[in-house]
Amino acid sequence: MKIISFASNIAMPMIILLIVAYGLKEKNKVFDTFLVGAKEGIETTFKIFPTLIGLFVAIGALRSSGILECITHIASPVLNIINFPGELMPLALLRPVSGSGSMAIATDIMKNCGVDTMLGIMASTIMGSTETTLYTIAIYTSCIKVKKTRGILIAALTADIVGMIASVIVCRLLP
Amino acid sequence: MLNIVWPIFIIISFTFAIFSGNLEQLNSSIFESTSDAINLAISLLGTICLWNGIMQIASETSVIEKLTKILNPAVNFLFPKLKNNIKIKKEISMNMIANILGLGNAATPLGLKAMQSMQDENTKKDTLTDSMMMFIVLNTASIQLIPTTVIAIRNSLGSKNPTSIVFPVWIATIAAAIAGITVTKIIINSTKK
Repeated sequence: MKIISFASNIAMPMIILLIVAYGLKEKNKVFDTFLVGAKEGIETTFKIFPTLIGLFVAIGALRSSGILECITHIASPVLNIINFPGELMPLALLRPVSGSGSMAIATDIMKNCGVDTMLGIMASTIMGSTETTLYTIAIYTSCIKVKKTRGILIAALTADIVGMIASVIVCRLLP
Repeated sequence: MLNIVWPIFIIISFTFAIFSGNLEQLNSSIFESTSDAINLAISLLGTICLWNGIMQIASETSVIEKLTKILNPAVNFLFPKLKNNIKIKKEISMNMIANILGLGNAATPLGLKAMQSMQDENTKKDTLTDSMMMFIVLNTASIQLIPTTVIAIRNSLGSKNPTSIVFPVWIATIAAAIAGITVTKIIINSTKK
């Protein structure tokens, strides 16, 4: 645990240190260069901001309306067939659309079922192995104003579903 | 894509809230969501500016070239059309490294920068290129060595072995990434003109 938390704490400072040191070594005007890049960042943020507002309202509505619980209820017979724990279904539904929302659900599962139980470990694995797919696609496409996204949602959601099913299977196989 | 997904989300959740009597929660969630978005945008503004600046320094040094060289085989396999575009390959490599190290805050700004560079080369500005699709799918696959956030939460909840999930996460991520890359390659090949 100690090594891992040390490694994750040192990763970011090391990268910045390394880059600044290299910049100095190769005699660049590091701060001027930094400012040029940072300025571009403002523009990028403004470009994705409207997308964030729209997306957050829709996802907030989805969560508060109670429809996720309803879908979980309807889907439970199918889940039983593929042996996917019903308790994880709200997490699986919310994971691709909301990072903070799914993290809250995962924390809830870990608290209520026990962090070291099978369900707790499965919820952790799902959180660690998947991303907030819809959010990622939305900001990556909106920053360059692309409208036609071909089948990217299908490709990314397939990856999510495979990742979640793999999480459940791997955790079952663990000693 | 969002032109379809967004209205669907709004319509089904608003309708459902009306019939299930969750209107109060829905009302408060609308206001909470907008302020959440503002908060996120403000913190994003900071990290995006910081990492764009750092990346700008990095792009003028030789350290990126070394890293790009290490990742070159993987990048060439995933992005065959970018073979000769060193600048974009550098930015993609930086994004991949940030992802692998679990630096989500850094990966997004670097990724957006790479998207911008790919868009500059794009001949059909309203459509994603093959390389962009592969790049976004890789970013949604969450390839990272150590899932630090989840480990931190497990630790705070008093887990006896917070890091026990590292191995399962690797297997699940690899499975997800392979699935995502395969489907993307299929889409790219089937829409080829």
